Amino acid sequence: MRTRKTACHFFIALAAMLLPSLALAQDDLNGANTAWILTSTALVLFMTLPGLSLFYGGLVRTKNVLSVLMQCFSIAVVISILWLLVGYSIAFGPSESAYWGGLSRALFAGIDLDSMSGDIPETVFAAFQMTFAIITPALIVGAFVERIKFSAMLLFCTLWTLFVYFPVANWVWGGGWLGQMGLIDFAGGTVVHVTAGVAALVTAMILGPRKGFLSAATLPHNLTMSFTGAAMLWVGWFGFNAGSALAADGAAGMALFVTHISASVGALTWIAIEWLKYGKPSGLGAITGMVAGLATITPASGSVGPAGALLVGLSGGVICYYATAYLKQGLKIDDSLDVFPVHGVGGIVGTFLAGILVSADLGIFSGNGLAEGATIGSQVGVQVTGIIATGVYTALLTVVLLKVVAALTGGLRVDEEQEQQGLDISDHDEKGYSM
Amino acid sequence: MKLITAIIKPFKADDVREALSALGISGMTLTEVKGFGRQKGHTELYRGAEYVIDFLPKAKLEIAVANDLVEQVVDAICKAAGTGKIGDGKIFVADLDQVIRIRTGETGNDAL
Repeated sequence: MRTRKTACHFFIALAAMLLPSLALAQDDLNGANTAWILTSTALVLFMTLPGLSLFYGGLVRTKNVLSVLMQCFSIAVVISILWLLVGYSIAFGPSESAYWGGLSRALFAGIDLDSMSGDIPETVFAAFQMTFAIITPALIVGAFVERIKFSAMLLFCTLWTLFVYFPVANWVWGGGWLGQMGLIDFAGGTVVHVTAGVAALVTAMILGPRKGFLSAATLPHNLTMSFTGAAMLWVGWFGFNAGSALAADGAAGMALFVTHISASVGALTWIAIEWLKYGKPSGLGAITGMVAGLATITPASGSVGPAGALLVGLSGGVICYYATAYLKQGLKIDDSLDVFPVHGVGGIVGTFLAGILVSADLGIFSGNGLAEGATIGSQVGVQVTGIIATGVYTALLTVVLLKVVAALTGGLRVDEEQEQQGLDISDHDEKGYSM
Repeated sequence: MKLITAIIKPFKADDVREALSALGISGMTLTEVKGFGRQKGHTELYRGAEYVIDFLPKAKLEIAVANDLVEQVVDAICKAAGTGKIGDGKIFVADLDQVIRIRTGETGNDAL
């Protein structure tokens, strides 16, 4: 979330996060920064509505398209309200704890027109962060499409965001223990992509595969829709990463540029691999490689340079490609829309690489420089700690929450007949297409 | 009267239509269908994995004709739709009991 070129910057940022209203009451509002974060807020919401929804919607079958759109849409609705109720407070509240922000900002208590977060209004910061809280559970949707009950989906995503996303956001960005350790996660490699990816993997394993998994019976119904959504994700990601600079400055410009390069390299990597391996590059492969490149650069987008971004995109593209094949064909896990191998693995690779490519001693591949006193070795150690801590915590909580939700909703899955009929009719009594 | 049903490669549909018009056939019905015969299916690539698709897209043409035209129509379809490769399709010829033009109530050959 924040570049930490020096320990000094780090502690100022930390103080700013811990004591937003006290420490920063004197800060003058910066109009340019405020305008950019308002814009970024819209861009990141646009990633979920409609970007991710269309991307995912096209990848399922005709009979389930509406259910996927509804899943993403209703997550956005519910998580927004949850954010107001307790989410912002848990993630960014001013508590002394290194594990959560407390409840003093519940229902935005104490936040008014004049409240500031750094040199932007606190409402703008809170709204920007809210859009991250929305897209993270929406990413998990890709793991359980075409077979989960709507009730189970909604309850799980609500509880998961409450007990996994909000605390982890605090640990990394809200002044919590991982942030204090110096973890580099500019825009959500661990907070967004590792948590969503690991939750997707666990959910797919517990839920079991769709009927007809690995046969032609489950192929995408509309890749035009997926292309449209994927392109929106690419554009929206500028707000995601460059907005995470929390200012309209050079850090934002560099984040935007490295994000773009990594997306391009990720896409080209998949095009090249499929072309070499199967004789033809597929469109779905190209856009999936693009998402892999974007997920991988996310944690590193505040620390690497343009040449470093080439390496990040290339690594993300290659590793996510083979992870996707291995998870589906090798392990036979029906993480239906490949959330873990693309987002989870991308987040892990990017968070790891950020610890290396941040270094200013790598020649043309140099990044913005390590924090004072840190070495590549020590930074990589912190990065690995961050990956393992967020991954393990997410996995454990996801298992527990799925058990709770299954007990409350009488099973996570629709029955076999409803799955055959499609969730549009069985869960919503309507059809995506009438033709 | 006969009902001729031809399952052909979709990209040959226009050629067949032209060949039949040249014979004086003034109406036909075209439907996009899926099926397979000896050609079997093909493979599609999704995220680095190949899937076997059993059903291939084909075009189905239905033409009602007078008995004396059957042979010419079948020949014309074979010529226009043929590529010499597997998957060119099939033609089915069946007896047709009655034809009625809804607007005028004409029946039989008059309605063709």
